[in-house]
Amino acid sequence: MNSPAPGFGLIDPLAGIPTVDEPLTAKDFKTDQEVRWCPGCGDYAVLAAVQSFLPELNIRRENIVFVSGIGCSSRFPYYMNTYGMHSIHGRAPAIATGLAISRPDLSVWVVTGDGDALSIGGNHLIHALRRNVNLKVLLFNNRIYGLTKGQYSPTSEQGKVTKSTPLGSLDVPFNPVSLALGAEASFVARTIDSDRKHLTGVLRAAAHHRGTALVEIYQNCNIFNDGAFELLKSPDTKDDAVIRLEDGEPIRFGTEGQHGVARMPDGTLRVVDAAEYGTKRLIVHDAQAPNPEVAFALSRLADPSTLRTTAIGVYRDVRRATYDDLLHEQIASAVDDQGIGDRPVLEDLIAGKDTWTVEA
Amino acid sequence: MAKQVVQLDRVIIRFAGDSGDGMQLTGDRFTSETALMGNDLATLPDFPAEIRAPAGTLPGVSAFQLHFADHDIMTPGDSPNVLVAMNPAALKANLPELPRGSDLIVNTDEFTKRNLARVGYDENPLETGALDAYRVHAIPLTSMTVEALKNVDVTRKDAERAKNMFALGLLCWLYHRPTEGTIAFLKKKFASKPELLRANTIAFEAGWSFGETTEDFSVSYEIKPAPVRPGRYRNISGNLAMAYGLLAASWRSSLPLFLGSYPITPASDILHELSKHKRFGVRTFQAEDEIAGVGAALGAAFGGHLGVTTTSGPGLALKAETVGLAVSLELPLVICDIQRGGPSTGLPTKTEQSDLLQALYGRNGEAPVPVLAPRSPSDCFNAAVEAVRIAITYRTPVIVLSDGYLANGSEPWRLPDLDELPPIDPAFSTAVNHVAADGTEEFWPYLRDPQTLARAWAAPGTAGLEHRIGGLEKQDGSGDISYDPANHDLMVRTRQAKVDRITASIPPLEVDDPDGDADILVLGWGSTYGPIGAAVRRCRDAGLHVAQAHFRHLNPLPVNTEQVLKGYRKVLLPEMNLGQLALLLRGRFLVDVVSYTQVRGLPFKVAELASVIHEAATDE
Ligand SMILES: Cc1ncc(C[n+]2csc(CCOP(=O)(O)OP(=O)(O)O)c2C)c(N)n1
Ligand code: SF4
Ligand SMILES: [Mg+2]
Repeated sequence: MNSPAPGFGLIDPLAGIPTVDEPLTAKDFKTDQEVRWCPGCGDYAVLAAVQSFLPELNIRRENIVFVSGIGCSSRFPYYMNTYGMHSIHGRAPAIATGLAISRPDLSVWVVTGDGDALSIGGNHLIHALRRNVNLKVLLFNNRIYGLTKGQYSPTSEQGKVTKSTPLGSLDVPFNPVSLALGAEASFVARTIDSDRKHLTGVLRAAAHHRGTALVEIYQNCNIFNDGAFELLKSPDTKDDAVIRLEDGEPIRFGTEGQHGVARMPDGTLRVVDAAEYGTKRLIVHDAQAPNPEVAFALSRLADPSTLRTTAIGVYRDVRRATYDDLLHEQIASAVDDQGIGDRPVLEDLIAGKDTWTVEA
Repeated sequence: MAKQVVQLDRVIIRFAGDSGDGMQLTGDRFTSETALMGNDLATLPDFPAEIRAPAGTLPGVSAFQLHFADHDIMTPGDSPNVLVAMNPAALKANLPELPRGSDLIVNTDEFTKRNLARVGYDENPLETGALDAYRVHAIPLTSMTVEALKNVDVTRKDAERAKNMFALGLLCWLYHRPTEGTIAFLKKKFASKPELLRANTIAFEAGWSFGETTEDFSVSYEIKPAPVRPGRYRNISGNLAMAYGLLAASWRSSLPLFLGSYPITPASDILHELSKHKRFGVRTFQAEDEIAGVGAALGAAFGGHLGVTTTSGPGLALKAETVGLAVSLELPLVICDIQRGGPSTGLPTKTEQSDLLQALYGRNGEAPVPVLAPRSPSDCFNAAVEAVRIAITYRTPVIVLSDGYLANGSEPWRLPDLDELPPIDPAFSTAVNHVAADGTEEFWPYLRDPQTLARAWAAPGTAGLEHRIGGLEKQDGSGDISYDPANHDLMVRTRQAKVDRITASIPPLEVDDPDGDADILVLGWGSTYGPIGAAVRRCRDAGLHVAQAHFRHLNPLPVNTEQVLKGYRKVLLPEMNLGQLALLLRGRFLVDVVSYTQVRGLPFKVAELASVIHEAATDE
């Protein structure tokens, strides 16, 4: 087992979780259940990526738990040969929080959808992020309610025509990365279902972050919102539409790397012509920046409707004591200071300070 | 000349003042001293929901009633023999309940024109003869306190605030209460403020000496200890007993306690208390809302810990969906609902029993949940242990229905012997339990114990037993998702049968009928036990033959319930709701239960219940 971690100065992000004796393979994580997503659904790609990446963590399968809410994506745990719970709509972060707090020897993953996480469960999500409980949250964003057959979701673009909004939706969408950064998240990333390599890289970074990691995965729902991310996926458009964040590198994109991101005199970030503006004046991505301002500004570069100039990758990855580590420190120091609460201590507590005895 | 000492068998004192006057603290202190004297006692704090309602107004009155006696008593008493009124509002609010001839101690300093006018007194009742029917002790409590503190370096405001200690000192003298406990209490409370410590101690002692010297009190009173079972005792409130019960059950089951909770009156004190006990490995989690509180508790239960959530009515409503999930997951979970007046925000600080049907039926689908209720403040300990026993043994959520009266009221409690707690065995699965057709060994999470129907429970971390569970209907045994009609029918009936089988592990309904020939049965559940018991006793003293039975378990009901109900000409059921249990018993057993109800936010008065019983027993 990795050595137990104190709340601060962490070295091993997976501390406390038992490791395997024999390496596992992707196959070890497959279940006998028939996968029931629609053929072509982006969820398949994410499942395959997770199953093939988990073995590299070298942690025991029985110490991994997937907790989900309700939605197409939330069927995920049934297909993972780990412990798992398919819970109720929106509440997975709360349930996973109790589990992670109780059992520091577990690697706890939350699987949720854009409706599950941002609509009915929005409150739990922001509080999990702020607390920084040791959880990995995979948010499958297909910009639609899949399971209920195609109503608009809190990430759908304004004006979206769906069954429940025949004249177009009226509300402005959430940008999940902006939301998470505003909610004090210590790790925020975005990736795309169809880019296996990028997806795996982001999952790896999330797994190695101690604390709540929010991973937004753009996921195609080919039945109710097909092509929602086409601009970011099509070989014709993606290079000019996607900003790939690389830690420590100047932010540049475009087929020839002709675009860049720079800070304007008024403090805002803008997409500029890299050559014209000067490559030296482009900003360098720093996921460890203590202040989330630049990460937030990066998240705002995306057009809320078309998603043009969307940044993907790890926006933020900072070290901050986790709620569960701090709680366990409090317990440990209570035991240090007062002694362990065993039976005699319990009896003393129950008796209190003012007792009287009635003789026979 | 030594003053005369009169022996009394019981006394009911009510301390009443402004919310800021420290009446709850005064009452608590007097209660502690009384408990140490070995009197039996029961208390009823009654305070407004506002933290500081406008000073001197009727809604701002905060009261604390204490009944103590040299014999076993069951309630905080209907009406006081002694009223301490710290201002005109306290007098006006409480006078209607004060029987003529009672002692009335008033703080005359507060009876100013302005304060009187504020509560609608045109004239000072101390001067008009309006109080001639009472033994009035008009004492300038505030100015005497300030005078006593003239050499202490505190502000005038702090000096005035110490008047509750003066009053407490006076009452301690009047009823021969020891003073050491209060002095020690003040030392602790004002440890970092030596001047306030001096002020409060001097005020307390000055009150005591005033009683000794004043001519106003010619007698003092002694109340002998009550004869009770030998043993070691303490005084305890319902919420504290509930917290200790949960801790004891955690110890008994060897499962670490996890409390997920969101603050709400009158349940918050359980969260506060358990938060102090980290050395027992208790994890308390103040969640973002009630849904997260119960969700986190359920997550902890999935992890093999003892998951508990505490709340009151509005919070129980929010938790409903998660409790339904726990029913489906068949995981142990304890939900403590400290009921208060409803609907909606209702009466946050007042008591009611109106969540019974919500607890039993307030979920979608057929979602049976065991429900039980403590009958007195100290009984909250036993109810908590029993809830945990059922939850763990049967892998089910369990709801405990306490209420505001039990939560804040207190009584002497004979300390429990932890060895006498029922065994609570999580009996985790550690090995595969099923062989598939092709010979592979696997773990079936929904394989059941044939006796209890409890399912196999494997906690994460157990190698080889990895499994997935969820809120979708499951195939009996394997736990795989199943939409099969016959399987759903089977699972719905099995979940109900499992709850029904708990009957085998709970005692039958006990009937108290000393003469054995009563033809009327008075039923009850939860916190009405005290008032009903006292009223039944009173009726028996008057020559009536009355039987009494009280439910601890509301679901499932004890095995002999129908037989008991059908054995009487008349069954009377007082409840602090509009007849929820009566509705249930009538429906289930076709017995013409007579419902008597009150929803005044206060416990039943004994005299009233006695006359209702009397009427029911004597009408043909
Ligand atoms: C309390 C409750 N309300 C509503 C629903 C119905 N419902 C199920 S899934 C869902 C939306 C799912 O959307 P999303 O989270 O985006 O998941 P997706 O199916 O798109 O993966 C809704 C509204 C429910 N199951 N429970
Ligand atoms: S409806 Fe959409 S999200 Fe759901 S399974 Fe089908 S393709 Fe996937
Ligand atoms: Mg969706």
